[in-house]
Order: sequence, then C-alpha cells, then structure tokens
Amino acid sequence: MVAISHAVRFILNDEEIALTDVAADATLLDYLRLTKRLRGSKEGCAEGDCGACTVLVGRLMGDEIIYDSVTACIRFVGSLHGTHVVTVEHLAAKDGTLHPVQQAMVDHHGSQCGFCTPGFVMSLYGLWMRDPNPTQPAIEKALQGNLCRCTGYAPIIRAAKAISSYGAPEADPLRAERIALKARITALNDGSRVEIGDSIIIPASLDDFATVYEVNPKATIVAGSTDVGLWVTKFMRDISPVIFIGNLQELKRIAENDSELRYYAGVSYSEAMPTLTTYFPQLAELWDRIAGEQIRNMGTIGGNIANGSPIGDTPPPLIALGAKLHLRRGEHRREIKLEDYFLAYGKQDRQPGEFVESVTIPHLPAGEQFATYKISKRREEDISALCGAFRVFVNDTGTVGMVRIAFGGMAATPKRAKAVEAALVGKPWTLDTIDAAIAAFAEDYQPISDMRASAEYRFTVAQNLLRRFFLETTGQGTRLTREVA
Amino acid sequence: MNKHPTIARSTLHSSSRHDSGPKHVAGVAEYIDDIVEPEGTMHAYLALSTRAHAEIVAIDYTAVKSAPGVIGVLTADDILGENDVSPSHQHDEPIFAIGKVHFWGQPIFAVIAETRDLARRAAHLAKVEYRDLPHAIDVRAAQAAGGKLVTEPLKLERGDVEAGLASSPRRLKGSVVIGGQDHFYLEGQIALAIPGEDEDVTVFSSTQHPSEVQLMVAHALGIHQHAVTVNVRRMGGGFGGKETQGNLFAAVAAIAAKKWHRACKIRPDRDDDMTATGKRHDFVVDYDVGFDDHGRIHAVDAIYGARAGFSSDLSGPVTDRALFHCDNAYWYPAVRAVSQPLYTNTVSNTAFRGFGGPQGMMAAERWIENIAYTLGKDPLEIRKANFYGTDTNNITPYHQTIGDNIVHRIVDELETSSDYQARRQAVLAFNAASAVLKKGIALTPVKFGISFTATWFNQAGALVHVYRDGSIHLSHGGTEMGQGLYIKVAQVLADAFGVGLDAVKIMATTTGKVPNTSATAASSGSDLNGMAAYDAARQIKERLVVHAAKLYQCDEAEVLWVPGGIQAGDQFVPFDELVASAYLNRVQLSAAGFYQTPTIHWDRATGRGHPFYYFAYGASVSEVTIDTLTGEYIVDRVDILHDVGKSLNPAIDIGQVEGGFIQGMGWLTTEELVWDDKGQLRTKAPSTYKIPVASDVPPIFTVKLAEWSINAEPTIGRSKAVGEPPLMLAMSVVEALSMAVASVAEYKIAPNLDTPVTPERVLMGCERLKREARG
Repeated sequence: MVAISHAVRFILNDEEIALTDVAADATLLDYLRLTKRLRGSKEGCAEGDCGACTVLVGRLMGDEIIYDSVTACIRFVGSLHGTHVVTVEHLAAKDGTLHPVQQAMVDHHGSQCGFCTPGFVMSLYGLWMRDPNPTQPAIEKALQGNLCRCTGYAPIIRAAKAISSYGAPEADPLRAERIALKARITALNDGSRVEIGDSIIIPASLDDFATVYEVNPKATIVAGSTDVGLWVTKFMRDISPVIFIGNLQELKRIAENDSELRYYAGVSYSEAMPTLTTYFPQLAELWDRIAGEQIRNMGTIGGNIANGSPIGDTPPPLIALGAKLHLRRGEHRREIKLEDYFLAYGKQDRQPGEFVESVTIPHLPAGEQFATYKISKRREEDISALCGAFRVFVNDTGTVGMVRIAFGGMAATPKRAKAVEAALVGKPWTLDTIDAAIAAFAEDYQPISDMRASAEYRFTVAQNLLRRFFLETTGQGTRLTREVA
Repeated sequence: MNKHPTIARSTLHSSSRHDSGPKHVAGVAEYIDDIVEPEGTMHAYLALSTRAHAEIVAIDYTAVKSAPGVIGVLTADDILGENDVSPSHQHDEPIFAIGKVHFWGQPIFAVIAETRDLARRAAHLAKVEYRDLPHAIDVRAAQAAGGKLVTEPLKLERGDVEAGLASSPRRLKGSVVIGGQDHFYLEGQIALAIPGEDEDVTVFSSTQHPSEVQLMVAHALGIHQHAVTVNVRRMGGGFGGKETQGNLFAAVAAIAAKKWHRACKIRPDRDDDMTATGKRHDFVVDYDVGFDDHGRIHAVDAIYGARAGFSSDLSGPVTDRALFHCDNAYWYPAVRAVSQPLYTNTVSNTAFRGFGGPQGMMAAERWIENIAYTLGKDPLEIRKANFYGTDTNNITPYHQTIGDNIVHRIVDELETSSDYQARRQAVLAFNAASAVLKKGIALTPVKFGISFTATWFNQAGALVHVYRDGSIHLSHGGTEMGQGLYIKVAQVLADAFGVGLDAVKIMATTTGKVPNTSATAASSGSDLNGMAAYDAARQIKERLVVHAAKLYQCDEAEVLWVPGGIQAGDQFVPFDELVASAYLNRVQLSAAGFYQTPTIHWDRATGRGHPFYYFAYGASVSEVTIDTLTGEYIVDRVDILHDVGKSLNPAIDIGQVEGGFIQGMGWLTTEELVWDDKGQLRTKAPSTYKIPVASDVPPIFTVKLAEWSINAEPTIGRSKAVGEPPLMLAMSVVEALSMAVASVAEYKIAPNLDTPVTPERVLMGCERLKREARG
C-alpha cells in the first residue's frame, strides 16, 4: 500500500516550501515572481526558448545533489517535489558581495540592458559548478538556451572564461549550504505518493505510476514539460489532472547489455548523452543541437517520442537504428517497432492508460554505417526544418545489403523513406545508384512549406543528404565545422 | 561628513562599468514588471484581430464580461480624448480599431481583470464577426494593388540622371529584396499606470520616448500634458522598438486606471508583442545604375519600396533615411532616389537601429557587388573606386558636403590588419579545390549620418542638483535601454565637476524633471544629453567660481577646477567644502542645462540641406564557409575597425559595436519574418524567429576602435555616436556569403541573394547559379 501525502515539498533557496494547494498548470516562474515576489528571474518568452527565467534545480542523484539549469517559465511547480530550487537572488552574499559568476559578468561588461542577465548568470553558475575552466565550445553549449539581444555575447563569453579567476567552485559560498541540504532533500523524498486534490498526482514509484495512470487515463503525463509547458503558456490549455513523473528514479534508468541500449522514458537528453554517444558517436552533433542546455536538462527521450511530433529530433535516428518502443498499461506490457508508433499527425499507437516505459536501441552491427543530419535555419537551439537519418550495410561485393532511411520534417510523422530504400537495396553503393534513387524521394515524401523552410528546400536537402551520406561512407566526407581556438 | 570624493583620474574617456551592472547580475535591477504593484492593481490584456483586412460587423462581449476575474472591457467608447497614438500626428493609428481592421493582430479592445492570466484568457472569448476585404501583405503586392502610400514620399536628386545613365558605358538594372526584423528586446512592451488626484496619472512605461508617451496619454485622456508624468528607469532593450510602440500600451493602462481609479498594468505575451508591434521595414529597391569599365558609377536611379504597414508611424522618416543612405560611402555623379512608404495590411513598421539607413546601404552594396561580378573584379576594388573624395566628389544626394571623410584610412587600415588580400587569395584557392564546402570573404564600409533628420528633435535638457554634502543628482531626457547612456552622461558630469562617479546619483528619466525631450534614438543619446548635462554643470560651476573668488579673495580667473575640487589662488578647496560654503552664501546649486545641435538644417521639399552634424565610419571583413549541399554556413572570422571619435567610454563603445554587429548579422542571416497567405505573422516567438545565439558569434571576432579618430565637430569630448552605425558592419557577412555562392558558377554570375540570407536562400542560390551557369 502506497502512503499518500498532500503537499508538494521543495526547498527554494534556503526556505522550505510545502504547498497543499497548487494548480497543475502553475509554473515555477509565476510562482517565483507573483507568489514569492522573487523578481530576478524574468519572463522573456514563456516558451523555454530565451533563458531569461533560468534557475537551477537540484535533485538527489545517488549521494549527490545534481544541479540542472532549467527554464522556470515552462517548469511546473508540481514537478519540483523533492528538489532544491536556486534562483539568482540566492547568489550574492547577505552583505551584498557578488558571487564570482556575478562579479566576472560585471567586470567584463557582460550586461547591457540587463534583462537576460540573471538567466545568463544562472546558466554560467551551473556550468562553473561542473566545469570551472570551460573551453569556448563548452561555454557556448551552456549558453545555447540563453538569448541576449544587446551584447553580441562576446563579453559574456569573456566573463565565462574568467570566472575561475574570481574563485574556485570549492570555495563557492553556496557549497557548504548544499552539503547541509542533502539531508533535507532526502527527507522530502519520503516514498509517498503526493496527491493535490483532483489535479496533481506525483506517483511514488514506476509501479505506482502505472496504477494511477490506468485509473486516470485522461490525465496528462508530464516528465520534462518542454512540450506540455507550452500547451499551458502559449495555448492556455487545461491539462489537469497531471501525473508528474520527473521524480521517478526508475524512469531515469539507463541499461546496457551486449545487444542493446535501453533508456527508460524519463531519461533527459543530457542524461542520455554519455551513453548514447559512446555507442553512437554519430549522434553527438545532433544531440548538441537539440534545443538549448536547459531544455536538454528537462526534456526526455520518452516525451519526445510519446508526443509524436513530426519534427522531434530523436525518432529519425532511432527509427533508422531499428529502435523498439516498450509500452505499458498497468501490468500489461507490449513492444512495438518505433516506426509503427507514429500512425498519423497527432495520432500514435498508444491506448488509454498506456504509457511509454522505455525505448531500446540495438547496437550498430559491425560493418554498418550510420549518420544523422539535422538542418535548421539557425545552427543551434532551433527546431529542425528536416532531420535525416541514414544507415547502410554494404556487402563485400559492394552492393547495398541493407539500408534504412528515416526523416523528420518531411511528412506528418517521422517516417521511413521506403521507396528510396527499395531503390538502393541490392544495387552497387555508387554515386550513380544514388543519383538514380533520389527520384524515389517523391514517392516517400511530399513535404510542406512553412515558416521553417519551403517544400522545395526540404526536398532538395533531403536528396542532398543522401549524397552527403554516400560521400561520408566512401571517405569523401565534407562536413561544415565551426573551428574554435 | 568629511569624506571627500577621491579622484585618481578623469572619468571621461575611461572604461567605467555600466552603472547598473551589479544590479543586473544580482537580479535586483528593477524593470516595470518588477515594481511592487499598488494594492488592487488591475491587469489589461489586448484582444487582437484575426483578419488582415476586414470590416468588423459585430462584436459580442458576453463571454468576455462573464469570465472569471473580469472587471470590464475597454473599447474605443471608453476613450475620452482621441482614439489615436499616431506619432506622426496623422491620426491614422487608433488605439482600438473601429469599424475596420487593417492587419492581423490589430488591437480591437482590452480586457481589464484582477490578474494578468484572467485578462489574457478572457481576451480570447469575444465573438468578432468580420467581413473580409482584399489584403496586400508585402511590397510587391502593395505596388500591384495601386501603390497607396501612408505618408508623403521623398525624392533626392542631384545631377542629370537621364544623361548620366544614357552616357554610361554599362548599365545594370535589378531589384534588391531586403527583409525586415523584429526587435526582440528581451523585455517586451509594458506599462503601469497609477491614477492620482484631479486629472493626474503617473505612468511607468518601457519607452525610449517618455515625452511622447506623456503627450499620447494626455491626448487619449483628453487632458493636458502637465497632468501626466511618465517615468522610465530602464528598459530591457529597445533598439527603436520602444520609440513609438509603447504609446498604445501606456494609453490603454492610463485609460483603464482613470476609468476605474485603480492602478493598471499591461504586458502582452511574446507572441502578441511580436504580432501587434512594428518592426524594421522590409524594402524592395528597384534600381538602374550606369557605370564604366573601371567600375566607376556614373548615375543611379532607384525606387525604394517599403512595407510601411497600415499607418504612417515613423515610416516617413525611416524611408527618408533609407534615401539619405542610398550612397553609403560612395560618390554618385548623378543620382535620383525616390521613396515609396507603402500601405500594407501588416503591423505598422517602425524605428529599428539604423532607421532605414541599413536598407539603403544594403542596396548600394548590392549594385557595387553586381558591378564587380559583371567586370570580374574584387568588389573591394569597385568600392574603393567609388568612395567619396575628401576634397572633391564629396557632395551627397541631399547636397550636403562631407567634411569629415575618413573612410579611406579606415578601409586601408582594416584591409592591412585583417590581411584581406592574402586571405582572399586563400579563399579562391580553397574554393578551387573544394567541391562541397565553399568560402567567401568581403570587406564593406559604413558611413552613417548623425542627427535626427527632423531637425527640431536635435535638442536636449538636463537637470542637475548639487546637494550641501557635495553629492550630485543627475537627470536628463535620455533613457537607458542598455546602451550605457546613463553612465556616459554621469562620466561627463563627474568630469565636469572633477568628482568621482560615486558622487553622481543617476536618476530615472521622468517627464517631471526634464520636459519636451526627444526620443533616445538616432544614436544621439550621449551627443545631446551629454552636452545638456555639461551645460548644467557649466552654469553651476560658473556660480561656484564667482563664489570662490569672493570667498578666497582672488580673481575669478585664478579659480581653477582641479580633480577633487578647486584651486583658488594658493588654496585647494575640496568640492564638498566649496559646495557647503556656497550653500551658506545662498548660491543656487541647481541648474537646467540645454543643448541644440548647431549647423544642421534640412528642407525636405527641395531635398537639400545639411541634415547631419557629422558622419560615423567603420568597416568590417567577414569570412564564411557554406555547405553547398544544405545551404548551412558558418561565419568563421570577422574583423572590425570602427570610428567613435574620441570614445567617452571604450568598453561601452566596444559593447555597442560587438552587439550591433551581431544584431545586424541576425537581421541579414537567420532572422526571417514569415507571413502566411492570410496575413498572419508565423514567426512570432523565439521558437520560430531566430536571433543569433552565442555559437553564432564568429570564432575569430576582432573588434577595434579607430583610436586616432577625433570628431571634427565640437561634440561632447569629441566623441561620436555609436548606437546605430555598427549594425551595418554586418553587410560584409551577406557579401561574403554571396561570394561563396558565386563560386559555384566561377564568380561569373552575381547571386543577388535576398536577405535574410537563410541557409535555404544560400542553397537555392547555389542551385540557381549552377542552373544558369549550365545555360
């Protein structure tokens, strides 16, 4: 029998919060600004894309509190149970002495209008905690989710490089506090299910989640809220009741064996990165180009698949790799091919009360080649115009033994290019074959024109990406890279 | 108090940090949404039209009024004064549409509710019945629909254009398509109005132009300006987007505040902000250029069609400035430039850093580039062949003689320091050997005219109080939007009194302290307000000198201002002691300063005059790599040399140059505004509208100020304006991308890329050139 409690509990800076009456769609940013009158965190976009509301959320991982930068505007208060929220107001000492991150920003002229600055400070603080002497690419990556319209970023990057000359993370004034916080956070995670009226359920465990979702099949499941957050902030949709699953450690499991890699549905992009790029180094570039750091810290692979967006970045490579989806309803589990999950625009093969529990990705067999290319208007922190994944096995005879191609952004769902595959398989892996096969793209895809790209561009690029893949598999690779000293 | 302000050195020309820096980083710098709301503050939210052009047949407010938390609906009927916020005073910009909507996103009414969330939800509940009218969204559609203009066009003409074109050995005709740009200030539009007694209302507005907000609120309420006080401590970015666009929000908040006698705050969400407020004008420039085999231009004839939107707003002066910069840094022996501020069924476009100048300059660079490709030369050679002279060939299309031309030195120094020639050769060699990736490099100059072209705006006031303890209180009419105006003017004042910056308290800008101010715009902030503050200091200092001469029994000429105080004969007197004794001797320690820019004049009817006090110059070199399979690209390296005269604050100025360049690069590369067929803006949030991020900054980004430059005119500290000119440095990115694209056809065809040059436009440009090259 699961114990039930009735308060969302977390620690905000140094204050313990227990909320017994909180709406399912209450955002952390509104809670900070309107309820707690902590107005350092700003609303710039309310869609997690500008970073002006960046705060750190610390959660217990094993014996440590791990702090992630997140966008408070699309983070729900109900998802904070058992965490430590750190806002910009908490950084300066009580006597007003600025934190090293803050002082470096001031001294390097890192703020102009100042509105984005608290968000930058928090992102840089998160970076400095785990990487006190970051390279420029590491800095840029940590700042992908923070927009600044005044400075052109150059002084902020200079400040980021200098932070450690103002103090080491070991001497961080907040470090001692965090050590003391561990016990308090552990106590908050008391193993009970939290229920707030009819609007919020925070299951106690994965099994508990399966139970409550089966009983409440109309509930909205929220893991990272990087999609559902926008349903609320942009479209004012009623999402109640919500089952928050971001706290479930079992859904954050990553399992590896000789044949496959398994991500449970709550694994964030950031958490997946080390294992994913170990097995599939070809996905490192793509992974760095999915949204910004805050969104990668929040968003989950499970959510990216479950919501069935035609422009999600994970389905194309996972389909090409032959990933399987593991769905669960109550105690009933079933396994389907990932590509079969996407039925039509907005429609997936998921029954009421059923949820994505995990996804398994078979290892790439020896001799196979694989690549994924993401194309977007802006190189980083942008949604794909299209995303193409390619996998091929070329026989000793030089003919195509197996080929699998999947695209996002080319159809109403993530979709395989079966006609193109058919035009390639059994043929010699040559440019002539490619040139002959690209006509088949017209059978597979009729992309649309929208604000991200025209149909013509999508179509042309899709064909060119097959050429690129061929060139790369034959040692003629030429990829655009940004060289940073 | 015996603590003397300690002075180590002059504060002027030093890299003082932004005065709000420590507050920014701590999250305690107060923006309007951060102000503690008065008890009972109401929240307003605008309801926007969902048609591009239509008659409003009927509106049913039933569901709005019965929604939770709704206090009331505010419509045009609630406006006791004028239902208009037109900054051009053409009465063409209603606060709330009546009878007709002219663009998708036009405000129709506002909901007033207990919370912002409730107001926002209720604003979507009205049932509006429309009868659609035909709409024209862009420049070509507007021209095709008859070319209705929102305001009087301008013509600049000098020399015999027909004869010049006819006698030119070569001719080029073409069109340049230049996209608009959303400001994407991080802090959106916002206003908070607090009603007072009688007719009074105090408005906190995120505006670059408090005096105009004051006037607009007064008009809307039907009261005098003296009853309206507008305050602005800081904006979270402006860039021109808060020159006029804050008027409507301030008016709505004020009307509601007076109607219900409660404070009222209004803040649209990002989507509504981007949909309902004006942007940089898109242009289509149709040109006919005559030139010779050396690439020297003989004559230019061009028409500048601009998407003005549904009302005049600032489209007149913006399109004027496009024409004023139709030359960039180039001498046209004969020229005719005509503006077309076209009525379109889109939001009324407005000021944006550069104010039309960038579009005019982009067009000039386009024909330079086309001449180069026609002649098979490096575009830089063509640029140099057409630069204005210093003593000859130095008359602009508006008949102003350029007296301060330093473009040659700027470009020569940059060409050398950036190693342009060797790198260009390396780029050509790279392209010859690389099939998929291609590189491009380009050097473009900037010459930008400084002054409001509406001559009367070139005035400013300041109010300076010196208190008995020697501390100083500084107010002026300029507003702080991040550009560092406050710290620069404080530096001027501290320097004038010989005290430390810590002695100067910078006050929020308010119409109650300094009246009739001009917008903080046209890069003029420190030129104008710095001089006004200097003038106020001068007055107080003169009185202090008279007093000191009397007190220390010496000639006034023997009283010298030295760091920390005065030297009166043999005696050093610290500033605070001097002030304390002046007070006891009944010396006035407060002064209102004033400044008007000298020498400028402009006759729009004849297209002649001397509209600019001086020019700011700069140049940049950009190198890029494109991927001809996808159109994606990287800006690999940028070198900039920019002229700010004798910098008031080099760190602040470098910040303006770096930030301006990146913002300009965004305008010309990834910031694409897309309207759908129905006239709805589809790129209206950061998820769809892509401003540069940190990793878009060139890996090598070398920004230098021309340290030798001194303003030829007696500006404050001989500095030059810096706000707008650096934005145009980003033109070199377009030209470099263009070269990379041209490489796919052996540089024989000019790519004529529309801006913004998105990856899609790069790829499609490559495909088009390959097709054309094949014939």
